[in-house]
Amino acid sequence: MSKIVAKTGNEAMAEAMRQINPDVVAAYPITPATEIVQIFSSFVNNGEVDTVFVPTESEHSAISACVGASAAGARVMTGTSSQGLALMHEILFIAGGLRLPIVICEVNRALSAPINIHCDHSDTMASRDAGWIQIFSEDPQEAYDQTILAVKISENLFLPSMVTTDGFIISHAMQRVEMYDDEEVKKYLGEPKTPYNILDVDNPITVGPLALQDYYMEVKVQQANFIRESKTKIKEILKDFNKNMKRNYNVVEKYMMDDAEYCLVALGSTAGTIRYVVDKLRKDGHKVGSLKIRFYRPFFEEDIIESLKNIKGCAVFDRSDMFSGTGGHLFNDIKSALYISSSKPILRDYVYGLGGRDIDVDDIEKVFYDIKDFTEKNGKGDPVRYITVRE
Amino acid sequence: MKKNWKEVDIALIVKGGTAEEFKTGDWRSEKPLYKSDKCKQCLQCWLFCPDSSIIIKDGKMIGIDYDHCKGCGICSKVCPFDAIDMIKEEK
Repeated sequence: MSKIVAKTGNEAMAEAMRQINPDVVAAYPITPATEIVQIFSSFVNNGEVDTVFVPTESEHSAISACVGASAAGARVMTGTSSQGLALMHEILFIAGGLRLPIVICEVNRALSAPINIHCDHSDTMASRDAGWIQIFSEDPQEAYDQTILAVKISENLFLPSMVTTDGFIISHAMQRVEMYDDEEVKKYLGEPKTPYNILDVDNPITVGPLALQDYYMEVKVQQANFIRESKTKIKEILKDFNKNMKRNYNVVEKYMMDDAEYCLVALGSTAGTIRYVVDKLRKDGHKVGSLKIRFYRPFFEEDIIESLKNIKGCAVFDRSDMFSGTGGHLFNDIKSALYISSSKPILRDYVYGLGGRDIDVDDIEKVFYDIKDFTEKNGKGDPVRYITVRE
Repeated sequence: MKKNWKEVDIALIVKGGTAEEFKTGDWRSEKPLYKSDKCKQCLQCWLFCPDSSIIIKDGKMIGIDYDHCKGCGICSKVCPFDAIDMIKEEK
């Protein structure tokens, strides 16, 4: 039996954490993710969970404590955002390399400078190469579901995960959330699983030894290969999740794509607004669909190629810029994926919404007419455009 | 035989104490020289050695494990009886 409640993204993630009942949560507050661990700390205080709560003096310490606890066999979670995730950066690679199933509730927020507390994806994108699974949420419901799902995936694959929501847009916006019973979540997740346990005194181990020219390569190829293979396993776990939790989630979500000639691709909350625009454009007779990338890491290249195979023109929405002179992160990944595809749509990047700049229905509609025009001109012109900006 | 990438332990987690099987003392610039005639068996050297390189047999200091000693000189410093000298390492 599930129940319907009204929750913000942060509240939904805190509730998911309560039901997950991690052994250890080590955290440091940061806007707009503070509430997640703040609400969770009240669950600890009220004895509603069995968690050891470690308030640290920085995010670097928080994730370091998470690494230690996870290596000791504990189910470990934390929450952070922006500069906090950036401060964790060094340790993120260690958690990935040590294959520790830590789960971070990450609220997407712009990186300084200039200082800004609002949503864009630059923080999460900056940690995309750390060997973590990255799952984007469109609304509080997905934030809730995917926090539970991430624990299942991490503990089955021994890979750390971060589940993201869009700062303020999702983290602080209240929406309808269907919650599972505590018992259902407990049953679904089962006992915590970690790849090894440093506290097993009968079988002493060395964690994080030195590996130079003679072994480092083997260890990293093993990690890379495991992440490649994890794609099939993630799909299996998703299938099982959908069956158990009565959802219908895929690694990428197609909308009105069957006969579409144009496609709008996005991550996170904007994907919802895009579906509304697709409906509107369809009423005017335009053959347009959308693609929402749920899993950004690992990158489900094959599914994206398959989704775009009959598309003439594709607009990629990027809420981050790579500062490489080639646009945003999602655009560059999709561009690379299409290189090995036999059918290549005309592709254009639309970098939008940096630092929480609003994107509305009109902006998205304009993107559709722009990609249509760009496609008809056979992609002549700048492949990267910045929108929602004063020009 | 070195393991290939399919065979290495997950995240290179290996059993503890493997340094015993590997000579880690080959980059010493100075080495301790034990003078048994001055030694009173107080075992301060054994207590302070950061690398378990003081060899003990039947409760007595009998020498130094040069396969693992890094030549830090702590044993020589803490010895109250001047029974350990530090000399230049020569190969």
